[in-house]
Amino acid sequence: MEKYKTEPLKCWDKAKELRTNLYKRLAQARDEGRMIVGGGTESMLALPSGYDMEFLGGEPYGASCTFMGKHDPSVHHGFFEAVEAARYPRDLCAYMRLGLGSFLENRFAFGGKYPKPDFNLQLHLCDTHGKWYQILSELEGVPYNAVDFIPYAWETENENEESKRLKKEYLAGVMLEVIDWMEKVTGKEYDDEKFINAVNWECESANLWARCCMLNQSIPAVMDEKMMFSLYIIAVLMRQRKEAVDFYIELLDELKDRQSRGIAACANERFRFIHDSQPPWFALEIFRYLEEYGAVSIGAHYSFGLSGGWAFDPEKDTWLPAKPPKEAGVELKTREQACEWYAEWYLAYHTILRSLRWSGRGKNKRMLDLVKNWKVDGVIIHLNRGCEGTAVGQMEVRRFLADNNIPCMTYEGNLADDREFDLPRTISKINTFMETLGLKKLTK
Amino acid sequence: MISAGMDVGSKTVKVVILKDGRIIGKGIATAGLEADEAIQTAWEAALKEAGVSREEINKVVATGSRREEISGFDDEVSEVTADARAMIIVNPEIRTIIDVGAEEGRAIKVDSGGKILDFAVNEKCAAGAGAFIEAMARAMQVSIEEFSTESLKSDKTIPINAQCAIFAESEVVSLVHDETSRPDICGAINDAIADRLASMARRVLVEPKVALIGGAALGIGLQSSLKEALELDELYIPDDPEFLGAYGASIVASES
Repeated sequence: MEKYKTEPLKCWDKAKELRTNLYKRLAQARDEGRMIVGGGTESMLALPSGYDMEFLGGEPYGASCTFMGKHDPSVHHGFFEAVEAARYPRDLCAYMRLGLGSFLENRFAFGGKYPKPDFNLQLHLCDTHGKWYQILSELEGVPYNAVDFIPYAWETENENEESKRLKKEYLAGVMLEVIDWMEKVTGKEYDDEKFINAVNWECESANLWARCCMLNQSIPAVMDEKMMFSLYIIAVLMRQRKEAVDFYIELLDELKDRQSRGIAACANERFRFIHDSQPPWFALEIFRYLEEYGAVSIGAHYSFGLSGGWAFDPEKDTWLPAKPPKEAGVELKTREQACEWYAEWYLAYHTILRSLRWSGRGKNKRMLDLVKNWKVDGVIIHLNRGCEGTAVGQMEVRRFLADNNIPCMTYEGNLADDREFDLPRTISKINTFMETLGLKKLTK
Repeated sequence: MISAGMDVGSKTVKVVILKDGRIIGKGIATAGLEADEAIQTAWEAALKEAGVSREEINKVVATGSRREEISGFDDEVSEVTADARAMIIVNPEIRTIIDVGAEEGRAIKVDSGGKILDFAVNEKCAAGAGAFIEAMARAMQVSIEEFSTESLKSDKTIPINAQCAIFAESEVVSLVHDETSRPDICGAINDAIADRLASMARRVLVEPKVALIGGAALGIGLQSSLKEALELDELYIPDDPEFLGAYGASIVASES
């Protein structure tokens, strides 16, 4: 007998359609006179949106290559091997290796040749990502700009206001320089109105996704993390577009409806956990396997933070969805104003980017906040050898959570390179972890 | 009631037979790629010592990394649970258990009631497992026993820095070429293994008293190195440390 009612998401097809259309638009961009901009998807997507452009994001593309490689390993293995043959080391960021390999093979995983961008724009927070697009730009022979940036320290560190002011002034200034640079390298006039709209939409998308995540505080959870992977990706790929805002408004309404009717993501939810770092994309079956125990990943610092804007509320001592400009009562009218707002957004509200730079007490507090407010029973940490950024501070977090009597399990793997993952061993660890918690499989 | 525990590890199979809470028979056999023959041998030895037939066993619980490959048991339990269940009987003062089998090293933190508070398992690297000790003994052309006793003769600290078993072996070869003495190399290897184990054990926050179990616990060289690496005054080694997992499984079998 199932504990909760469950039903598929109504907006599921819409999410698929949006993703498919993005890659179709990328394929048609040249013929239709739009430019292609490459870079990591953590980059400030609203910045190049002053032009009619399609953004080719490296990480979702890498994840797609790996997922497709599950059915045809030649897809991702071919890219890895091409990179290794070009003498790049195997312990580099796995997404970088896939992106670089795809270029070296001149093969786009979705078909055709690897699309050459007009220029690459990268947020240089993760050092590997910074070098990834520098190397790729040199090989492609296209211009490259990296927005160098250090987010505000976590609230636990009480960073002084002067330091924050300087960071914001610097970042906003760099953004203005990037706009000038884009005009120079493209020879085209930049459209401020388009940019301002993109900033508004990006912040709205991020706010809406954070609000969707807040709904998962309810028991049963209205989404499991597998669903989130397919839902947050819309913001990763196109958060600066109106379609993304419309999609998340629809999703939020649907999730509220599910919550009011007690519709669960997992019919037998009884152990709520959060999963740290990106999953091994080729082995998402581990989440299905955990459901056999009634264990449901109700989210993650990563899944909540990658696409969500989160502001710290000192009175409530917790993180809440950050307010986009309109909700904050701000009307962005000029390029300068938009850059200033956009800088603050990235410095203060992008919890994933903050955690890539800062671990320690702040990340520990953020994890504990998730555990408490999302009523989490345990944490599973993927010691992700394919992403040095999200691996920052993982063992500190593990120790901190264990000291707070929160059950923790770690497993070693790689977000994209399946040659570094041992599925039977991971399953064995899960079995042991569940057993130590007194959980038996609900189904044999 | 007569119950049995069967620990099917990657290298050896151990069987323990329990009657009314008391061990009445034990058997061990080395397994190759196919575990079936070793299972039979271990069972025969245990049944013979116990003086009972297989039909008289009321329940069998299996543990060990290869238990999924085999049949002939009623229930299963993880190695972590089996170790913890055995240790609370053998020595209830133990708070941290370090189990080094052929394939895997694990550290388990337990409370005074034997409840598992935390556990850590070495990841894919074999550098903290018994297989590494065997490989190193082979490289040094000594038996496992000689490897252990040779190690104690060393009074030098020679670091082996590689985290990977393969690279560590190449460092050992370099030491041989440098004409480093055999006891010093054996000591360096045990220190290196102990460092890996200590690093893993620290994940669960080592709390005395600490026990070392599993096949590798028989090595007095490793015992000494681990004691030093964890800065312990005392390291508890139970009798027949390689049988603890099977014993724990037999206890679980006797309870149901």
